[in-house]
Amino acid sequence: MSEHDKKRETDAHTGTETTGHEWDGIKELDTPLPRWWLYIFYACCAWAVVYWIFMPAWPALPGLAGETDHTRGLRNHSERANVAMALDALDAQRADGFAALAGSSITEIENDPELLGFVLAAGEAVYGDNCATCHGVGAQGFVGYPNLNDDVWLWGGSYDDIRTTLTVGIRSEHPDTRFSQMPAYGRDQLLSRAEIGDVTDYVLSLSGTSADVGAIQRGATVFEVQCASCHMADGTGDRAQGAPNLTDRDWLYGGSREQVMATIHRGPYGVMPAWESRLDEATIDALAAYVFLLGGGEDATAGPTGQ
Amino acid sequence: MSDTAKHGMAAPGISRSKAEAVNAAETRELYKKREPIYPKLAHGKFRFAKWLIMGLTLGVYYLIPFLRWDRGPDAPDQAVLVDFAHGRFYFFFIEIWPQEIYYITGLLIMAALGLFLASALFGRVWCGYACPQTVWTDLFIMVERLFEGDRNARIKLDRSPWSINKAWRKTGKHAVWLVIAFATGGAWILYFHDAWDTLANFFAGTAAPSSYVFAGVLTFTTYTLAGTMREQVCTYMCPWPRIQAAMTDREAVNVTYRIDRGEPRGAHKKGDSWDDRGDCIDCKQCVAVCPMGIDIRDGAQLECIQCALCIDACDDIMDKVGRPTGLITYETDDNVDRFVAGEAPRYRFIRPRTLVYAVSLAIVTALMLGALITRTELELNSQRDRNPNFVRLSDGSVRNGYTVNVINKANSARVMRLEVEGDAAINARILGVSDDQPDQIRIGADRSQRYVVYLTLPADAIDGPSEDIRFRVSDIATGETATTPSVLITGAP
Repeated sequence: MSEHDKKRETDAHTGTETTGHEWDGIKELDTPLPRWWLYIFYACCAWAVVYWIFMPAWPALPGLAGETDHTRGLRNHSERANVAMALDALDAQRADGFAALAGSSITEIENDPELLGFVLAAGEAVYGDNCATCHGVGAQGFVGYPNLNDDVWLWGGSYDDIRTTLTVGIRSEHPDTRFSQMPAYGRDQLLSRAEIGDVTDYVLSLSGTSADVGAIQRGATVFEVQCASCHMADGTGDRAQGAPNLTDRDWLYGGSREQVMATIHRGPYGVMPAWESRLDEATIDALAAYVFLLGGGEDATAGPTGQ
Repeated sequence: MSDTAKHGMAAPGISRSKAEAVNAAETRELYKKREPIYPKLAHGKFRFAKWLIMGLTLGVYYLIPFLRWDRGPDAPDQAVLVDFAHGRFYFFFIEIWPQEIYYITGLLIMAALGLFLASALFGRVWCGYACPQTVWTDLFIMVERLFEGDRNARIKLDRSPWSINKAWRKTGKHAVWLVIAFATGGAWILYFHDAWDTLANFFAGTAAPSSYVFAGVLTFTTYTLAGTMREQVCTYMCPWPRIQAAMTDREAVNVTYRIDRGEPRGAHKKGDSWDDRGDCIDCKQCVAVCPMGIDIRDGAQLECIQCALCIDACDDIMDKVGRPTGLITYETDDNVDRFVAGEAPRYRFIRPRTLVYAVSLAIVTALMLGALITRTELELNSQRDRNPNFVRLSDGSVRNGYTVNVINKANSARVMRLEVEGDAAINARILGVSDDQPDQIRIGADRSQRYVVYLTLPADAIDGPSEDIRFRVSDIATGETATTPSVLITGAP
């Protein structure tokens, strides 16, 4: 204790020394830190040293700490390595499921509750990451983006068909991509505005939503010349060409008279990427099965109307 | 220098003590180091009862994990098991799933109300006899006594300089404390995994890391709370002494010094008259045995855990001086006042306070029992897909998707029929069922299983914006059924 400390005043009321500071008669007590706090502080200091020894802690010159720029500690701990290990473990955990999926038919998938659960979970995750942007989170689709829940399939709704569509895409850059294109009858002036109006009435009449008899008769002639080669004479479409069935109540670009007219006028089409280069085969299998099981999947042998 | 001195003329065998109540309110300062308490061993019926309760409660705690209970091949056979890994709590014949945690809530409410009721009737009986802090502290003091002797010997030992004798006694005591503390922390983890497996894995070093963490933490807390902190836990850390004040009243039976009989107190020589004086000979044996360091003659106080050891100590003395026992006894505040006024004591166990606690306890118990008895082993709930809300198919029919969850709480696999009640035209399709029996599902023992169900309503059957439907699952073998309501959205106006 120095001479200075000895002169420090003790507060009569609390019995505690003052710091010697005084402001207008107000003195500051030099209350000692609570013991429990002090002990925890010391323990933390000791712990810090332990931590330096076992965990990566200090920046270090190259060479002193191996390949890293910091001391590695005895535990050789690395969050990057942990993440890599966790990802490997995840792959290993999923390997059985994907192995069972490979080569299984959709009936086999459906009849194996464990595999079914795996496919629904894996497919949902892959769908959310890759497909939901265009087809919607619930696969309900939007105008121009097909609804995947229903039983309408432009290119086929069997498990194999869906898998092929996913693999090669539609109007994509894949050499085997599915391709079709409807002419822009109005924009390219292949048909007059009146003719487009007539053929619209005819198309709507196929699903029973137009009753303008004169227009329907005139439109029928136009349809036979311009449309029947792809959409077939009865309007039921042709999956080989991706030509939609016009007799059902589903419309990719909208079913009102104006929307159908606009569709004939500009011949719209969308593009789906080929997923072959982005997802591995097992993932495409899971995704195809998931989409199939959304409710609209067709048996390979069933006709276009499916279930 | 002995703490006890034979009083010249007192009755034989009476020890007098200079024991100071170190925690007495009068002398207590706010900033003071803890003064050690050296409780003396008491002999008597309450000490005996406390030994019995200690054996019983510690026996229950340490041995229950090893009890077996056969639940069939698919479930663990440990009678009491909190199985976090599989989300099950087993208690003999009861099995609780995570969503049934309200059973535990109910149990805690019952425990709280039971504690309130006991407090209103008999004061701090929980603190005095059954609280883990009391039981383990009692056990640790017993070990201390084994190594260092009774009160006076311990005081002497602590004041003596370090010697080989002192060192081995202190080391032995702390070693046994640590072993007990470890056994306490070690037994805790046996409640969360199979006891025998955990025991083997623990010492082989292959148990779950959490097992070592919890065993370590509880070893530490047991050692410090029961070994070194003792009465400070009750006085400073535990909230119960504060709540206690609201639970008890002047008609509750508490450990009480009979001021009417005892005063005026003072030393008494054998053969002297007992006229014009109290029965208390101020021998301070009640203070010497007190594990809380208080003087019961100061009246009811926050520190008192009502362990009743002072009753044993005082009764012993009263027998020896030839006065009736019960100078310190279980008595109500009101009755002590009546004694002072020369009236007869009166006990009223049925009071508004005790009635409210008892009735609340009965209601909660009845509710929980009812829930337990009517608990079914088959549950069904469903969730309709909201995105998309409904799907219109090419022929104009409407389809809704549902996730139906069937819960089989039985310990055997079951074959069940899953059906839909509602519009007869509804066509149901369940994913993952065999084509031969499209409405039959099979669920493993003690499992819940989700099914994707698609319901399709034909276009000509749509007659409003929605149809009320109901899922029904029924066990084909036993006929047990469960239903859950839902709707089918048609999208029609």
